[in-house]
Amino acid sequence: MENILVNKRNKIHPHKFALWAAMASITMMFGAFTSAYIVKQAAGNWLEFAMPVSFYISTLLIIISSVTLHISFSSFKIGNQSRYKSMLIVSLLLGVAFVIFQYFGWTELYAKGVDLKGNVSGSFFFLISGIHALHVIGGIAALIVATLHAYTLKFNVTEKRINRFDLVLNYWHFVDFLWIYLFIFLIISK
Amino acid sequence: MANVTIHEEDVLIREQGYDDHFHAHHHGDKYQTNFIFHYIFSMDHKIIARQFLITGIIWAIIGAAMSVVFRMQLGFPEESLTWIKPFLGKWIVVDPSTGIGKLAPEFYYALVTMHGTILVFFVLTAGLSGTFSNLLIPFQIGARDMASPFMNMLSYWFFFLAGIVMFYSLFLSTGPFSGGWVAYPPLSALPQASSGSGTGMTLWLVSLTLFVVSVLLGGINYITTVLNLRTKGMSLWRMPLTIWAFFVTAILGLLSFPVLASGFFMLIFDRSLGTSFFLSDIFIAGQALDRVGGSPILYQHLFWFLGHPEVYIIILPAMGIVSEVMAVHARKPIFGYRAMVYSILAIGFLSFIVWAHHMFMSGVNPFISNFFVVFTLIIAVPSAVKVFNWITTLYGGNIRLNTPMLFCIGFVSMFISGGLTGIFLGNSAIDIQMHDTYFVVAHFHIVMGVAAFFGMFAGIYHWFPRMYGRFMNETLGKVHFWGTIISAYAIFWPMHYIGMAGVPRRYFSFDTFDAFKHFTEMNKFITVFAIIAFFIQLVFVINFFYSIWYGRKMKTKNPWNATTLEWTTPIEPIHGNWPGNLPVVHRWAYDYNKDEREFVQQHIPLKEGEVGDH
Ligand code: HEM
Ligand SMILES: [Cu+2]
Repeated sequence: MENILVNKRNKIHPHKFALWAAMASITMMFGAFTSAYIVKQAAGNWLEFAMPVSFYISTLLIIISSVTLHISFSSFKIGNQSRYKSMLIVSLLLGVAFVIFQYFGWTELYAKGVDLKGNVSGSFFFLISGIHALHVIGGIAALIVATLHAYTLKFNVTEKRINRFDLVLNYWHFVDFLWIYLFIFLIISK
Repeated sequence: MANVTIHEEDVLIREQGYDDHFHAHHHGDKYQTNFIFHYIFSMDHKIIARQFLITGIIWAIIGAAMSVVFRMQLGFPEESLTWIKPFLGKWIVVDPSTGIGKLAPEFYYALVTMHGTILVFFVLTAGLSGTFSNLLIPFQIGARDMASPFMNMLSYWFFFLAGIVMFYSLFLSTGPFSGGWVAYPPLSALPQASSGSGTGMTLWLVSLTLFVVSVLLGGINYITTVLNLRTKGMSLWRMPLTIWAFFVTAILGLLSFPVLASGFFMLIFDRSLGTSFFLSDIFIAGQALDRVGGSPILYQHLFWFLGHPEVYIIILPAMGIVSEVMAVHARKPIFGYRAMVYSILAIGFLSFIVWAHHMFMSGVNPFISNFFVVFTLIIAVPSAVKVFNWITTLYGGNIRLNTPMLFCIGFVSMFISGGLTGIFLGNSAIDIQMHDTYFVVAHFHIVMGVAAFFGMFAGIYHWFPRMYGRFMNETLGKVHFWGTIISAYAIFWPMHYIGMAGVPRRYFSFDTFDAFKHFTEMNKFITVFAIIAFFIQLVFVINFFYSIWYGRKMKTKNPWNATTLEWTTPIEPIHGNWPGNLPVVHRWAYDYNKDEREFVQQHIPLKEGEVGDH
C-alpha cells in the first residue's frame, strides 16, 4: 500500500503536504480566536493586564527548542548519531519546560486576580494560551515517540525515517511560530 | 464492435500506461483479508464511499421523518397525534378527557433543530461530499487510492461516532438540543436555558466536534490526493469538473470548520468553566445572571464564518456532479470549462466574505452591512455564469433524458429559483421584512436542500453501476424524479408568500396571531405535499437497495460512453483500481462529439494533427 505514495514525480511527500494542510487548518482556528478577541475588545468592558514574566522565559525556551531540534535533524541526515540523539533529548526537555513555564504564567496571573471566569480579556488569555499549550503537548508526544525510536531502533538513515522526522520537525516549528505570533498579538493588543 | 474497442483500450493501458510498481494482490491483500477489514474497517476508497452513502441515506430518512412530524403540527394543529405516541412517547401529550394527543412544544423545537443539524451536516455534507469525493477522486484522477487510506477510514469512523452521539441524544429524557441548528447563545450557552440546553446541547457539541474532526481528516486527504497523486498527463486543467468542485469544497471545509470549532470551544468554556464569552445581561425568571461582559453576536460571527462557506460546501459538490453528468448525457463538452472552474474558485473565495448577510438583523452596524450586501450580490455573478453554462451545454445536445439527466435539469431549475430569492435577501433593507420568516426557509430549502439533493441523486443514479456493478431501475427513477420535483415546488413555493406576509419561522403555533389565520389552508397544502414527498423518497430507497442485489447487471466497462477514467477500471472493482499500469491521460474530460467521433476517453492518445484539450 505504501507504494501508492512512492511516486517519483512528487516534489513534496504527500504526508508532509497533508501536515501543512492540517497546519493551515489550525492556523484558521487561532485566527478565529484572535479575531474574536479584537471584535470583543472593540466592544469595550476590557481589563488590561501585563503579560506574566514566565511567558517571556517560555517563549525563549520554545525558540531554542526549535533550533536544537533543527540541529538534531541535520545531524541525523549526515549520520552524526550522538549529536542527533542528544539534541533530540534537549529539544524534548525544552518542550516540556515550555509547558511548565506556561503553567507558572497562569498561576502568576491568577495570583494577580486575573482569572478565567472574570473579565472576558482574561478568559481569552487563558483560552488562547491553553489551547496552544494543548497543541504543544501534541508535539511533545511526537517528540517522545521520536526519542524512543532514536534509542530503540538501530541507527539507520533511511528515506522513510528522514521523512518521518521531517514531519515532527515541521510541526514543532509550527507550534513555535504559532506561539510567537500569539504572544506578540497578546502583548500588542491588550 | 463495442467489445473490440474495450479490448483495445485495455491494451492501451497495459502497454502505454504508467508503471508505478503497484502489485495487485487479488486475494489475500492485507487490507482485504476478512469480512471485518474488507467491509467494516475498510481503507479502500470505494468501500468508504459506500459507507458514507448508506449512513447518509439512513440519516436522511430520520431527518425527513422528523420534518413530517413537525409539518403535521403546522398544517393540522387540531388533529390528534396519539397514533405516533408509540414512537415519540411522552413527547405526545394526550389530554385525558378528550384523548387528543398533541406534540409537546419543546419537542417541536427539538425536532426542527435536529432536522436542520442532521440534514445540513450528516446528509448534505458527509453523505454528499463524503460519498462522491471518496468514490471519484482516486478514480477520476487515476490514483490507486487516497493519499492516506488510514486517515480516510478514520474520517468515516469519526462521522459514524458523531452520528451515534447525536442519535443517543434523541432519547434523553430532557430531549435533544432544541435551540436551532445554528445553536445561538444564550440557548446554547446556558445549560438551564431550556430543556434541550442541558445534556442535549452537551451531546450536540460532542457530536459536532467529532464531526469537525471527520471533515478535517477527509478534507486534508482530498486536497493532498488531488494535488499529489494525479496520474501522468492529468494536469489540473484536464481534471473533470467534479474533481475541481470536490477540491475547492475540501479547501473551504479545511479553512472554515476550524473557525466553527473555535466557537464550540468558547461555548464549552461558557457552559462548563464559567466564562462569559457569549453571555451578558441575561435574566432568567426575573433574576439577573451574574455572567456579564460577553456578546452573543460574537458567536454569530464565528458560526456564520463557517455557516456561509458551509452552504457552498454543500452545493459545490452537487454543482460538480451536475456538470459532469450533464455533459455525459447531453453528449456535448461542458460549455465554458474554464469559466466553470473560475466560477467555482470565485464562489469559493467570495463565500468567505459574505457571512454577515445572516446577521443584518442581529444588531450589526448598518454601514458595515453595506459591504456585505455588495459582496453577497457579487456572488450572483459566478452563480449566473454557471447556470448560463449548464443551459448552454443542454442547448443543441443529443440529450438522453434518463433519470440522472432529469435530476441535473431539476437541479438547474431549483438553483435558479432559489438563487433569485437569495438576491432579495441579500439586500439588507429588504431583509428587514424577510429575515427569520418562511421566505428564508423557502430560499434555502430550494437552493440548498432540494438542489443539493438533486445533485446527489443525479450522482447516485449515474455512478450506481460504478459502485455496485448494477443499474438502478429507470421507471422507478423517473417516478422518483417527477414526484420529487412537483412536491418540492408545491411545498416551498407557497412558503415565499407566507414569508412575505411576515410569518416568522420556528413558531410552534400561530393560534394567537389573527393576521396569519388565512394561511391555515396553505399550511395544510404544504403539509400534504411534505407527506407525499416523504413517501416518494421511499421509492428511491427501495429502488436503491433492490438494485444493489437485483438490478440490471453492468455488462461493459463504460455503459454511459463517458470519457473519464473511472470507466476504464474493471467491472468487478479491485483494490488499487487498475490491475496493471495506471492509465496515462492525453486529453481533457469532455471530448464528446469531437471530429466525427462520438466520444473519446481521456487515456486515448491524440491522433496525428488532432488539436487537444479545449
Ligand atoms: C445568489 C446567491 C445567494 C444569495 C444572494 C443569498 C443570500 C442569503 C441571505 C441574505 C440569507 C439570510 C436571510 C436571513 O436570514 O434573513 C440567506 C440565507 C440562507 N441561504 Fe442564501 N443566498 C444565496 C445562495 C445560497 C446558496 C447557493 C445556498 C446553499 C447552497 C444558500 C443557503 C442559505 C441558507 C442555508 C440560509 C439560511 C440559514 C438559516 O438562517 O438557517 N444560499 N441567503
Ligand atoms: Cu449565506
